[in-house]
Amino acid sequence: MSKLFSSENKEVFLNPLNKNNPIAVQVLGICSALAVTSQLEPAIVMGLSVTVITAFSNVIISLLRNTIPNRIRIIVQLVVVAALVTIVSQVLKAYSYDVSVQLSVYVGLIITNCILMGRLEAFAMQNGPWESFLDGVGNGLGYALILVIVGFVRELLGFGTLLGYSVVPQWLYDHGYQNNGMMTMPAMSLIIVGCVIWAHRSINKEEK
Amino acid sequence: MKALRNYLDKIKPNFEEGGKLHAFQSLFDGLETFAFVPRTTGRVGSVNIHDAIDSKRIISFVIIALLPALLFGMYNIGYQNALAAGKLSEATVLGMWWFGFLAVLPKIVVSYAVGLGIEFTVAQWKHEEIQEGFLATGILIPMIVPVTTPLWMLAVAVAFSVILAKEIFGGTGMNIFNPALVTRACLFFSYPSAMTGDNTVWVAGKSLLGAGYDVVGTDALSAATPLGQAAEAGFAGFDPSVITNAIYGLIPGSVGETSIIAIALGALLLLWTGVASWKIMLSVFVGGAATGWLMQATGLSAIQWYEHLVLGGFAFGAVFMATDPVTASRTEGGKYIYGLLIGFMAVLVRVLNPGFPEGMMLAILFMNLFAPLIDYCFVQRNINMRAKRAIK
Repeated sequence: MSKLFSSENKEVFLNPLNKNNPIAVQVLGICSALAVTSQLEPAIVMGLSVTVITAFSNVIISLLRNTIPNRIRIIVQLVVVAALVTIVSQVLKAYSYDVSVQLSVYVGLIITNCILMGRLEAFAMQNGPWESFLDGVGNGLGYALILVIVGFVRELLGFGTLLGYSVVPQWLYDHGYQNNGMMTMPAMSLIIVGCVIWAHRSINKEEK
Repeated sequence: MKALRNYLDKIKPNFEEGGKLHAFQSLFDGLETFAFVPRTTGRVGSVNIHDAIDSKRIISFVIIALLPALLFGMYNIGYQNALAAGKLSEATVLGMWWFGFLAVLPKIVVSYAVGLGIEFTVAQWKHEEIQEGFLATGILIPMIVPVTTPLWMLAVAVAFSVILAKEIFGGTGMNIFNPALVTRACLFFSYPSAMTGDNTVWVAGKSLLGAGYDVVGTDALSAATPLGQAAEAGFAGFDPSVITNAIYGLIPGSVGETSIIAIALGALLLLWTGVASWKIMLSVFVGGAATGWLMQATGLSAIQWYEHLVLGGFAFGAVFMATDPVTASRTEGGKYIYGLLIGFMAVLVRVLNPGFPEGMMLAILFMNLFAPLIDYCFVQRNINMRAKRAIK
């Protein structure tokens, strides 16, 4: 038990949340971060989907890592990821159809998310299943964290709502407040991700 | 002047390192160097020569050149207000101007307060000199928005533009995009209803401090710009009186952009002092006229080529925005390409994009993006030519 939660494993899990964040530091998986973050709900669902897929594809590849011939490893990885993506996509369609319509092709496109292949190649191929699972969950949550921040800002300022509930009080609108239309445009998520990276770098300055 | 100099010298020690007002050192330095040319000279032993016309002096010329358009814009706001209220016969020229002054002044104050506030904070935080670029931007911003723009929107857009279009690139002289136009673009995309919506944004409808008239009813308030009318379906062409009015500047529009005569006065000053490049100014007009002629000749648009040049923000953009030395092309040949393409793009957007009756802002921002590429091509061409000469 003590080995399961050793300090190295803790590091494996926590590192991608902050110091080695897949979006803020490695700048991977940007396209989906731009596409699905105009509201908070799809951003959360997308973040969780990627977390689940990264975690389990890491585990499966890690279990298979000694039997996969080196030359065809990419194909094998792709098959595993594609199977998991299909499962997640079907589950979304069954249990929250509206969100899956909003996410449209971007659930299917998780298969092309660089974070997934990156973790499989860089981590799961060399490490045991438990460490790979932690790494997958950590990276998925690190990705989800940025998505949620961007989705929060964009939905709050662009629609005046959070998760569909209006949070900007009516008296503000009565006094002439208007929702910011630019926040609902995809270009704005790029600027917000930029601001998040800016803040992240200024906080972690000593790392350089 | 002498008294001011003595006073500044007297209070200067308070702002130096260790003085009790050191926190405001950049503010003091900014004001001092704005009032007086700094006494710094080139390093001993170097062969550099300091021109007394530094960028603070250049920007003063720009502000002076903007004054005719600004003052006339104020008058036009009062004129449009009286026209909408149906009280044109009883309104006086001075009364109309005073109303416009009261309507525009808060925007100038907000624009300067927010923009300079951010600049001072950044300068103090980074221990740099205050950068003077915002002095011109701050007066340009109120001139390119409708008179009814809410002040809080203006403040948000100015902050957005100064931080994200200027400071993160390194401040004055480093920005890729013209900050005043980024402010307008931010307003335009964020709050479209406040920038063009239902054509009710161009006339100020409330009397201010007893000046001007209350306009009753939204019908009376709605006044489309000529370009807005032209964008509507079934448009057949302008009445000649519209064009005459556009040359005088008595049409609905953003505060400073309406009067061709006032803009021409500013243009003369800028060209005479050499602050703005005549190559850019000329080629913007040539590009716009040629494209406008082409659009009209091919039957795509009922607007004549010369009408494009006098309506909307074309002249204002060509004179004051496209010539911004920081964001324009810097190679002499590149200036022609840059200007021609701005004129071309502006008319193209106006005619072919039904969503945007006005295209000047987008055209200039778009070409700001390409100015470094144009410069690169020209510099590279020069290098290649010289290399060939050297090899022979």
